[in-house]
Amino acid sequence: MKQDNQFPQWEVFLQTKNGGPYEHQGTVHAADKKMALQNARDLYTRRNEGRSIWVVPTECIVASTKEMEEEFFDPAQDKIYRTPNFYKMPKGTKNL
Amino acid sequence: MNTKEALINYSLRLADNSMIAAQRLAEWNSCGPYLEEDIALSNMALDFFGQAETMYEYAAQLSNNNSTADMLAFRRNERQYLNCLLVEQPNGDFAFTMMKQFLYSAFAKYLYEALSASNDETLKGFAERSLKEVKYHFRHSSEWLIRFGNGTEESLTRAQYALDELWRYTDDLFCMNQIDEELISTGISVSSDTIAAKWNFTVKETLQAANLIIPEKFNVIKGGYNGIHSEHLGHLLCEMQYLQRAYPDAKW
Repeated sequence: MKQDNQFPQWEVFLQTKNGGPYEHQGTVHAADKKMALQNARDLYTRRNEGRSIWVVPTECIVASTKEMEEEFFDPAQDKIYRTPNFYKMPKGTKNL
Repeated sequence: MNTKEALINYSLRLADNSMIAAQRLAEWNSCGPYLEEDIALSNMALDFFGQAETMYEYAAQLSNNNSTADMLAFRRNERQYLNCLLVEQPNGDFAFTMMKQFLYSAFAKYLYEALSASNDETLKGFAERSLKEVKYHFRHSSEWLIRFGNGTEESLTRAQYALDELWRYTDDLFCMNQIDEELISTGISVSSDTIAAKWNFTVKETLQAANLIIPEKFNVIKGGYNGIHSEHLGHLLCEMQYLQRAYPDAKW
């Protein structure tokens, strides 16, 4: 990760309603956990977007790289049997 | 002074406190120590502007002499402004601003808490809503002070300097005049004695955690609620009111 002269970087996840998923919003700079949470609140919930926030130090995120793309994801392209295309819906089922 | 006059003046006091605090915080726009804090400072300024607007509107509505919130904010001179001296003090460095914010938001927190039991419905509603905002301001500023006090020698020195300079304006927060007498007797507002006791306890607790030493009280200055201000307010109003003074009733 590129170093800058600000505080360490944190990733911000926001839950918009109770029980919903935490979705990635972006990043903030902060010196510690409390500051990260408050900065996230100030940057990402100004217009009443959220009910709960997660902040995670960016360096704690383990990410796949561009080089891994082919071996990670391409083999899934021709495995049509992993999708439910051939599954017959039981009669009378409306929602599955 | 009758109850209505007292209530108008009291609403102006609340409005002016928020308005001047907001204007000072807004001076940080684009000058914050880093991007996130710059936005946090602007957020707090906007909270205060919102509080001021509510109370100016209430004062205008009570006065029923065709005055408007804008007129109250932009057409009164410094002697007519009823804010406390603390909020009008210049920002200084970031530690100075945070100290000012801390001392004031601790006060506002207990004041609004008490006013949430007011028997004036508008004041009660205002206090309940604003309490959430100032609680956050208090959290934000007190945590910065604790960081300063436990950070470097320089951050500690700057925070201590801010406390030494600003401490003299804190008695002014709790001054009471005939407005308070009238409103306390009618159950609209509260005596600042209980607020002062809570404020002292909380402030001492945080300052201790921040390794800061409360100075001896010297050169204590009071008078904000009676319209007696430091020289800084006039300069602040010059800038804030310029447009409405130069182009009265200008709109966009």
